[in-house]
Amino acid sequence: MIKQISLFLENKKGRLAHVCRVLGNENINIRALSIADTTDFGVVRLIVNEPEKAYQVLKANNFAVSMTDVLAMEVSDTPGGLAGALEKLGQAGIDVEYMYAFLGTTSQGALVIIRVENPDKALSVIRQSGINILSEEQVYTL
Amino acid sequence: MYWNQHYECMPHQQLEAVQLERLKNIVERVYYNVPFYRHKLQEVGVEPGDIQSLEDLKKLPFTTKQDLRDNYPFNMFATSMSDIVRVHASSGTTGKPTVVGYTRADLNTWAELMARALTCGGTTKSSVIQIAYGYGLFTGGLGAHYGAERIGAMVIPISGGNTQRQLMIMKDFGTTVLTCTPSYAIHLAEVWESMGEDRSQLKLQYGIFGAEPWSERMRQELEKRLQISAIDIYGLSEVIGPGVACECQEKKGLHIFEDHFIPEIIDPVTGENLPYGEKGELVITTLTKEALPMLRYRTRDISMLIKEPCACGRTHIRMHRVMGRTDDMLIIRGVNVFPSQVETVLLEVGGTEPHYLLIVDRKGSLDELEVQVEVSAEMFSDKVKGLEDLGHKIRHRLESVLGLTAKVKLVEPHTLPRSEGKTQRVIDRRKI
Repeated sequence: MIKQISLFLENKKGRLAHVCRVLGNENINIRALSIADTTDFGVVRLIVNEPEKAYQVLKANNFAVSMTDVLAMEVSDTPGGLAGALEKLGQAGIDVEYMYAFLGTTSQGALVIIRVENPDKALSVIRQSGINILSEEQVYTL
Repeated sequence: MYWNQHYECMPHQQLEAVQLERLKNIVERVYYNVPFYRHKLQEVGVEPGDIQSLEDLKKLPFTTKQDLRDNYPFNMFATSMSDIVRVHASSGTTGKPTVVGYTRADLNTWAELMARALTCGGTTKSSVIQIAYGYGLFTGGLGAHYGAERIGAMVIPISGGNTQRQLMIMKDFGTTVLTCTPSYAIHLAEVWESMGEDRSQLKLQYGIFGAEPWSERMRQELEKRLQISAIDIYGLSEVIGPGVACECQEKKGLHIFEDHFIPEIIDPVTGENLPYGEKGELVITTLTKEALPMLRYRTRDISMLIKEPCACGRTHIRMHRVMGRTDDMLIIRGVNVFPSQVETVLLEVGGTEPHYLLIVDRKGSLDELEVQVEVSAEMFSDKVKGLEDLGHKIRHRLESVLGLTAKVKLVEPHTLPRSEGKTQRVIDRRKI
């Protein structure tokens, strides 16, 4: 299971840069990032090479931060690749809360990060439907 | 124009004789009828017979809002419950309101005082008065109502809210006097203007505004936009309600109806009396109240007393319009708001000791409350919906607890001001 770091940011100038600088100073590499924004605030979600350390660093810097289990799903890097994977999830009755793309690729295809309600249960269902889910080590070292 | 020329214009020396007589009487009454007062007087070694001059007032202990809370709901009443004919209540910090009671004679006194005040404001028997203060437990609506009826004006008991209907009735019924909070009066003016209606369709001449602090600048604006003469009225439910003091058409301070109240100004920290013209906390002793007499009640309103005679002919001392509060209570759209109420809600919803800031501003004409809350790790969710739900939940709880809609803004941890001593919980940006 992949550990995702998420944190609360106000919609104010320079806040995201500050987050990235704090992580950069600690030699933490951001591997994937998504921002969900509303009028007043945003939620930043990150996949980093050292989630535990990132969590502690951000906490020490007074951010409201949490760690969530998410899945790294390998999809074919061809037109319709993601569509096919999502259809399989749908057929398996898995609701995706949110998802975003990973920066790197594997030899087999592209990567997307998905957040589902019950990741443990979803994991086996997804694997049965023939979709490749990457391990923590695989993702953090990509 | 006076309602009660005999008392309102009584030579001050004679007025003081009336005050002393009534003060002796009320001290005696509370001493024998209210255990709370008897204990307090005994603690400072004062007996009813010790009141020989108005100077002796200073020997009496202060009464505070906390005393009313401690004696919730009826323990400070000085008459038997069967003599109480009405109660009113105002919101408090703990969710328990402050309860005040009236005998038939008290309601009579109150109507007399409000008749004086409304007369100060230009109301006569032939006036059509629109009372847009809330009716109910709040003293504003019913207080003005009985004063206006006493005068014999035509009363429109419309209560607060529903601006379109207010304006329709104002136009169709030919309202000549409007009484409400000053911010609501401005709102009415704005809506009227935005409807593109012509001022000449209104017969409005006078405004009597109170229940929240306002300024000379707001008066000028109201007088210009509504083309009326606007005056300030003061009161608080603990003392009687509106009608404790009111401006005359000279508009240079509010006459405190001294045959019914004795005002003092004290240093809010030391409790020492301050001389005329000095700014401090207004303290009021009621002289005629039966159900709930108040000895030296600390209003927590900042003002000063003006001793010089007024050109209007009234001899009663004037208080400067309220210049602030000694505590952190806010009055927003006429509603009392304590930061601690907000704190309780946040604790309940967020499940953790909250860091928050109340920002009060006047957008256009209406007061707005924004509650900024730091998102703690406990409150945080990686799902936007979770955070939005949190905001909604806080807003709904605040609305039901305060009786006021507030904007809720979630902010990052450690971004609100912190201090070693008393943390700043309130920023009041209203320019009044």
